[in-house]
Amino acid sequence: MIKLEIDGKAVEVENGSTVMEAANKVGSFIPHFCYHKKLSIAANCRMCLVQVEKAPKPLPACATPATEGMKVQTASQYAKTAQQGVMEFLLINHPLDCPICDQGGECQLQDLAVGYGGSASRYQEEKRVVVNKNLGPLISTDMTRCIHCTRCVRFGQEIAGVMELGMAGRGEHSEILSFVGRTVDSELSGNVIDLCPVGALTSKPFRYSARTWELSRRKSVSPHDGLGSNLVVQVKVDKVMRVLPRENEAINECWLSDKDRFAYEGLNSAERLTKPMLKQDGKWTEVEWNVALDYVAHALANIRNEHGADAIGALASPHQTLEELHLLNKLVRGMGSNNIDTRLRQLDTRADGQVKGVRWLGMKVADLAALQSVLVVGSTLRKDHPLLANRFRQAAKRGQQVNVLHVADDDLLMNVANRLIVKPSQMADALAQVAKALAALKSQPLSKSVADATANIRVSDAAQAIAKSLADKEKVGIFVGNFAEHHPEFSTLYALAQEVARLAGGTLGFLGEAANSVGAAAVGAVPGSKGLCAQGMKSQPRKAYIVFGAEPDLDAADGEATLAALYTAETVIAFSAFKHAASRYADVLLPIAPFTETAGTFVNTEGTVQSFNGVVKPLGDARPGWKVLRVLGNLMKLDGFEFNSIEDVRADIAADLQGFVAGKLNNAIGEVTMNLAPATAGVERIAEVPLYAADPLVRRAPSLQKTADAKRAATAGLAPDVYDNLKLVDGQSVRIKAGAAEVNLPARRDPTLPAGTARVALALPETLALGAATTLTLEMLPVAVTIGHAAE
Amino acid sequence: MSLLSALAKQKIDRELTKYPADQKQSACMSALAIAQDEHGWLSNELMDEVAQYLGMAPVAVYEVATFYNMYNLKPTGKHKVTVCTNLPCALSGGVDAAEYLKHKLGIDFRETTADGQFTLMEGECMGACGDAPVLLVNNKRMCSFMSKEKLDQLVEELKK
Repeated sequence: MIKLEIDGKAVEVENGSTVMEAANKVGSFIPHFCYHKKLSIAANCRMCLVQVEKAPKPLPACATPATEGMKVQTASQYAKTAQQGVMEFLLINHPLDCPICDQGGECQLQDLAVGYGGSASRYQEEKRVVVNKNLGPLISTDMTRCIHCTRCVRFGQEIAGVMELGMAGRGEHSEILSFVGRTVDSELSGNVIDLCPVGALTSKPFRYSARTWELSRRKSVSPHDGLGSNLVVQVKVDKVMRVLPRENEAINECWLSDKDRFAYEGLNSAERLTKPMLKQDGKWTEVEWNVALDYVAHALANIRNEHGADAIGALASPHQTLEELHLLNKLVRGMGSNNIDTRLRQLDTRADGQVKGVRWLGMKVADLAALQSVLVVGSTLRKDHPLLANRFRQAAKRGQQVNVLHVADDDLLMNVANRLIVKPSQMADALAQVAKALAALKSQPLSKSVADATANIRVSDAAQAIAKSLADKEKVGIFVGNFAEHHPEFSTLYALAQEVARLAGGTLGFLGEAANSVGAAAVGAVPGSKGLCAQGMKSQPRKAYIVFGAEPDLDAADGEATLAALYTAETVIAFSAFKHAASRYADVLLPIAPFTETAGTFVNTEGTVQSFNGVVKPLGDARPGWKVLRVLGNLMKLDGFEFNSIEDVRADIAADLQGFVAGKLNNAIGEVTMNLAPATAGVERIAEVPLYAADPLVRRAPSLQKTADAKRAATAGLAPDVYDNLKLVDGQSVRIKAGAAEVNLPARRDPTLPAGTARVALALPETLALGAATTLTLEMLPVAVTIGHAAE
Repeated sequence: MSLLSALAKQKIDRELTKYPADQKQSACMSALAIAQDEHGWLSNELMDEVAQYLGMAPVAVYEVATFYNMYNLKPTGKHKVTVCTNLPCALSGGVDAAEYLKHKLGIDFRETTADGQFTLMEGECMGACGDAPVLLVNNKRMCSFMSKEKLDQLVEELKK
């Protein structure tokens, strides 16, 4: 520890701390632009100059190490003169366009200019003008305003892991740009908007739509990935205008993924459902809530009376709140049915009976950094979990060995220690190899079922290397990703991952699919032993379906078959914030409020219970889902639906929600029959859920749909051998067949894929017809040739 | 198709041996110089290839190439003449030498003669202020005490 004095106040700081950190500790504010606690030190804005006793000149507080006995003045006349001098230089080239600048009102330069700037400029010459850059659909630029703090450049290098922005030129001619006009495509790119201390980088979707002082700031929690990023939702006249991160070191630090940041656009989509609607004689009519709910109560009662309660099934989205899922579960079970599921994309549920609890990350997000070796199994890590990927990225820099077992060699933008890239059908075999190698290295016996299954498999070098990495380290984590959870042999993968974790003496964890996957399972919105899972409700069609928040055509593993089951049902009741395909198969559309318009709770992948309030009034006649379910419960005369507030609902789940959830978390699984090498024929499909197609809200965010990620999702990535065999020209479309179904997609050569595979995404209208097909047949489409007029 | 020849890659590999294996970006400046010697200037495609070869972000290579003014980001004439006009040279006739050349060649700074022979550039201090006026021909040949007579001689010699 170092003792020093800042502005006359004694302070003790860790060795290696800077004067800036010491000043923050005693509460002395030092003006700064380039300094950011999460980024490396650049010391190029010079705004944080302070007076240090015995130093011959002012020193930058951000880059000056604190030393024993140092005496620092942050606001002496000497320091102030230096700071004012820097400010005068910064303002020389900065345009005076604050009235039309989006950053106005929340601009560090504007704020500090009030304190340190002169009231008039002495500079009479011409100001520098810099050409704007097109950085893509999310970031808007006004490069003349840039003060060259390089925070955006350092963010790319250090946090996002890819340097997409750089500072070209020298001196007065330096400017921030991307290489030859490329766009910024990182899934974390929106953070540079927050980092930019001036209005050079601002939000493109939010541009010119509101001033910061008109917005009220309300806390919320992200409804997208399993992380549950904390949000500040900014609201103007009952409309969500934009979303910013709310700092929570334990979860999202000070970052947000682009999905969390820009998906709010979907809230204001024209597709929002604002009135309850009934289909009568094949025509949709808007009705009042009481009419719609009466209809629903009668329809469900009729089905129950005629066909029994088991004829009713509920498909709910794991992006809905804990309270809604609890009440839906109560409603379904109250009617006597056990057919409820939120794991719509999980194909393999045969191990449900062996599962001991609710699967979760297995540890706190913040503890991921302490692991020395990790194995990530079947995860499109960067796209599915942008901020968890960042946790691993930062840990990998400090020596964590990140091992990957996946179906594509995606660039994770971090040091990956070992990779085992196999076809989807070979995943279980590959994981079994790791288990076998690990058992040998640790001289421990494999469990009986694994030993039997792995008796004849050969351990590849890559599996051996992964096993060695896991065996050598003390703190080990095995993390199963969404791709593995959606895999047709998920149960085998699950059991093998548990075996690897056991042998390695490590923790087994699940990265977590949706905002409330853990919560949904905790409140029992999964079928249990007596009910049908989502796949069961698809293959054994029910007479009545309640579709809650989900769009089964896009949110279920096999959208096409699920749609077919919905079409055959006598009644389908769709609770949704949006008008969607339900208008074709449903009888009733009930407008429920999205996360910004209702109070609710999400349980994130680490098991943290995060409750939030609505930030705006429900749009039109939309109502919070829990209220709708409560009334429906009352109408159906079911017990235990007497709630006056969301707190009552929460109390109905458990008096201590956090304790309740914590008690359910358990990743253990019992004996599972192993199936290591399923038979396959043709080209194997790598069926991922694209980042910006994962839930109904993000699908309706236009800016995100314009990103490179979204555009790439609607193409077929073909392994080099597949591509070359077809003799394709880049961008040419390919016909993809699976059984009787076929779709056409533009093809691209994807060298990250193992031989004999094709990346054809799920959850897209373009690929809906393929359902959950795992093997495909590909054909070249005839090339469209434009024939010119023959010269005559 | 590779823009860099096998020989250029061999030269870059030699530069790489001077730095630790995980610090390939250290060879960025020499790699760009080698690429420029081969092609005469650094096109975006060429910089992209250098970036790939060194495992760097393309924009990081671009940063280096735009920072130093001996890298040509546009095609130049056969002879690139860079005259120092920094203060010590300026005080000792550097600006006059540059003006004389402009007049003689009929071009301004950053321009190329119509016959593609000469490109005139303004340079930064070459560390030889005592020899002012100084200039560089094609980044490699340093010429000192450039009086009008010596400039005439140089131009005649280069024209051949």
